[in-house]
Amino acid sequence: MADRLSSDLLRPVFQTSRKYYALVVLLGGIVLCGLGAWGYQVYYGFGVTGYNWPVYWALHETNFVFWIGISHAGTLISAILRLVNATWRRPVTRCAEIITAFALMIGAMFPLIHLGRPWLAFFLIPYPSERGIWPNYRSPLVWDFFAINTYLLASLLFLALPMIPDFALIRDRATGWRKKVYGLLSLGWQGTPKQWHRLESAMHIMALAILPIAVSVHTIVSFDFSMAVVPMWHSTIFGPYFVAGAIFSGIAALIIVMALLRKAFHLEGYLQPLHFENLGKLLLLMSLLWGYFVFNERLTAWYGNSPHEMNVFWSTQTGAYSPLFWTMVLCNFVIPFPLLAIRRLRSVFTAVVASCCVVVGMWLERFLIIVPSLSRKSLPYAWGSYTPEWTEIVIMIASFASMALLYVLVSKVVPLISIWELKAGDQPRLGATASVHETEAAGELR
Amino acid sequence: MAHRWGMAVDLDRCTGCEACVVACHAENNIPTVGADEAARGRAKHWIRVERYWEGEFPDARLKFRPVLCQQCDNAPCEPVCPTYASSHTSEGLNAQIYNRCIGTRYCANACSYDVRFFNFFNPVWEKPLHLQLNPDVSIREQGVMEKCTFCVQRINAGKITAKAEERELRDGEINPACAQSCTANALVFGDLNDPDSAVSRLSRSSRGSKLLEELGAQPKVTYLGRETWQESGDPRRG
Repeated sequence: MADRLSSDLLRPVFQTSRKYYALVVLLGGIVLCGLGAWGYQVYYGFGVTGYNWPVYWALHETNFVFWIGISHAGTLISAILRLVNATWRRPVTRCAEIITAFALMIGAMFPLIHLGRPWLAFFLIPYPSERGIWPNYRSPLVWDFFAINTYLLASLLFLALPMIPDFALIRDRATGWRKKVYGLLSLGWQGTPKQWHRLESAMHIMALAILPIAVSVHTIVSFDFSMAVVPMWHSTIFGPYFVAGAIFSGIAALIIVMALLRKAFHLEGYLQPLHFENLGKLLLLMSLLWGYFVFNERLTAWYGNSPHEMNVFWSTQTGAYSPLFWTMVLCNFVIPFPLLAIRRLRSVFTAVVASCCVVVGMWLERFLIIVPSLSRKSLPYAWGSYTPEWTEIVIMIASFASMALLYVLVSKVVPLISIWELKAGDQPRLGATASVHETEAAGELR
Repeated sequence: MAHRWGMAVDLDRCTGCEACVVACHAENNIPTVGADEAARGRAKHWIRVERYWEGEFPDARLKFRPVLCQQCDNAPCEPVCPTYASSHTSEGLNAQIYNRCIGTRYCANACSYDVRFFNFFNPVWEKPLHLQLNPDVSIREQGVMEKCTFCVQRINAGKITAKAEERELRDGEINPACAQSCTANALVFGDLNDPDSAVSRLSRSSRGSKLLEELGAQPKVTYLGRETWQESGDPRRG
């Protein structure tokens, strides 16, 4: 049983089909187009985008917040599931942690892409300088720099730690150069009880540490907006609102990725309907929470009736941005809520449909936070609007393609489902008490 | 005593002729971007004359409001800049240090007065317009924010002249291009730390108010007018 499991899950690492290469070429081509579009923007000037006065932040910033939000899929969810010891998490955690690492890398590209002079981006780094010019620590963009780098480092560690036993497994099965590479990656893993103990403690520490980091990261991203005295930005609700939205879109992305992996690598036996149902319940909870936050945000703005805020408010409720706003409500609440809440409707398919809606809806939410406020700032003379040009649209499509490409490439490096954790679930290694505890925890979540 | 530069804008005097806008472009090497780019919202006017209509035709009235950087004491553009490109000088100006600017455009978003402009492309002057460039003002490259400086090059030149002649600066000696070119004398520039300067006296006027004062940025530009302005553009009857 355990051996079939290994060979099932290791198959993508050792065998490569022709379709695989075709997919890599296709995705790589789209990513190259995106890099080309960025090069075009840098070479000819930012004017090739649709940006204008006063909408100085638009699609690039939307994608930045969106991808940082998606990154909360992983680490946060897998950390919570690890800490509450939910046994059903075992096949899910690695998929989620990989999303986190890649979404963060992609998200962190956008602050570079959005710069007027990206070749000077190193000004943000507090490098030793005899001139004594340091970054301005009062700027939320500098907070971003530290928050995102901390989160990236932590989530890479959190991703790499549980990979060690699987690297060792590949090392033991591989030959030639692979054996050498995985020998290095597995850091001398022999599977001794001492090593297991250390791995588990390290993962427990990381799981605890990463929760506050993840919460702070998206709070700080929200500070980019809420710190500025711009109508509908300057709001205390933004921190938790952004974090809730991030987890919401993160779970949705995880469900979509799991469904794709399930089909592509024939993992129906490992990623079961149970996993989709449990993640669907989490998604339902976040949908409710999201609806609650939006209601709060809108109600307080409307009731407060400040003229500056009302201009933005009505532009999203009934004005130029209202089609996008109501599509967002449809995608984030009206469609997913019944699909996930009604038991008879629950299935892998409906979970994926709901998730696709949520990803679209959460992207729109980021856009609707940024653009309407900037196009309706305090002085009516300076009002404007924004329509994207092909440049930023191509870059955006390429960001999605690079997520897919990185995922496809990593499937050759490491099993996408943690083999040793699945095995540990099959044959409880920690003794009877632990397994009883795990069953209880699983029962509660079910 | 250190200077503290400020301006008074008399809305009752402004005729909306936009001579200030033209003078500012000429003085500060601000490129014109052409009709197409201007229609897309890429025009750069360090000072602009906002026009607001009130009433219905035929009883419509047109009102003008010149808007330039308000040189706020508590400027929202400054703390948000990650590289100190937007920073406060000892004389209270909101300086923009082009060489430090990496183009996050955050300062422009934070500014409630929308007086900060981004260079979407490298500036171009068709020959022979390049011959009119002011040698005292640097040209800004693509990707950099720029804004009204209160003609800091003229302020510095005035201070140097006064020092060379071993005397104090006289009120009215230094004038930004906009104030210099205003035929109606609607724009008055000077030192707010000098209680007897024209700008100080006007700033204390009962007709005076600050633009978007409720946002707390503490602007150093005072608007004078018999009727106070509402931010929506409709003037409240005084």
